[in-house]
Amino acid sequence: MNDRGMSVIVRTVTRFVYGLIIVFGFYVIMHGHLTPGGGFQGGAIVASAFALLLVSFGAAGIKGKLNKKLLQSLEEIGALAFLGLAFAGLGTAFFYNLLAHGGGFFGAAVPAGPNPGILNAGGLVPLMNWAVGLKVMTGIASIVIVMLIGARKEETE
Amino acid sequence: MNKVLRVVAFLFVSAFLILAATSMRDFGVPNDATMDQYFIDNTQAEVGANNVVTAVVFDYRGFDTLGEATVLFTAVIAVLTLFRKRKEDEMFEGEVR
Amino acid sequence: MSIGSFSFDVTASGQFPYIIAAILVAFGLYALLFKRNLIKMVIGITLIETGVNLFLVMVGYRSGGAAPIYTYANPGQGMVLPTPQALTLTSIVIGLATTALLLSFAIFVHRHYGTLDVRKIKELRG
Repeated sequence: MNDRGMSVIVRTVTRFVYGLIIVFGFYVIMHGHLTPGGGFQGGAIVASAFALLLVSFGAAGIKGKLNKKLLQSLEEIGALAFLGLAFAGLGTAFFYNLLAHGGGFFGAAVPAGPNPGILNAGGLVPLMNWAVGLKVMTGIASIVIVMLIGARKEETE
Repeated sequence: MNKVLRVVAFLFVSAFLILAATSMRDFGVPNDATMDQYFIDNTQAEVGANNVVTAVVFDYRGFDTLGEATVLFTAVIAVLTLFRKRKEDEMFEGEVR
Repeated sequence: MSIGSFSFDVTASGQFPYIIAAILVAFGLYALLFKRNLIKMVIGITLIETGVNLFLVMVGYRSGGAAPIYTYANPGQGMVLPTPQALTLTSIVIGLATTALLLSFAIFVHRHYGTLDVRKIKELRG
């Protein structure tokens, strides 16, 4: 595999575009309870921005800039946060939605029928969207970078 | 003989699949929509979200999402384990651990 | 549309969409059985999973319905069933996990044998 990645045009356009893709992925995760999307879809979009960086700059361009321990600990934090939110409403049931219609954090009341969405509503669903989105984006990024380095190292031996 | 067996197996399975597809119910008329109609009617009152699919995935059927998150976590750990560095790589085949 | 003595209705009604999903699974089965490169067999497995996901989404359709979302919805239009869409989400993620592990094993096979041809892997004993 070419160590410098792809040509100058691809590298310049990637420098402009990858920030926009990450912001769009965060938008899809955040508005998961109002528009089509959610945790899994937004996490896949952010992971595809990372894969774009990896393809255009090559493995040598990414090598010094990434902390593998940080990626792994973020994924574990995402998994444990999802499990902790599931246990939060254990007083009533296992996956009980504790904050819905509560009036506080993410607890606004929603009028019935078609309406422009209210971001503050939904209970535990937006928090679970963030936990699952964090898990999916760091998990897929770890898989892609480990497979690239593992396949490339054995070619040169 | 191997090639004939593969051709026969492929024809048999695809004929079975297409025949099963022609004996389905009509497209657009589901059999029983009682549970889904309850989800559509009561999502905004109980969960407070506008997206019924996200409410089903994370609230009404959250246990399945927990299982799916576990499968993804296991896949990531398995790939990371396959590609780890071993210290004595040359002597690995002869050693008995 | 009629060919000779056959005539069938080529619109999205009856059982025509389910036949398309079955044909997609049959394409994946062809790639899995008749190709010798390991990567092409993995593509065949992915095609089978795609056909099954498409079939799952098509089961939950109601005639004249829109997406089950209340934000800026048309008042007075029905909604399709949301549960098969939720199960398809789970199925897509499990397909991703399976494909990642299959490709890792393909990398290992190439590293050990030097080739990705299935017939040569059976003959050589490394």
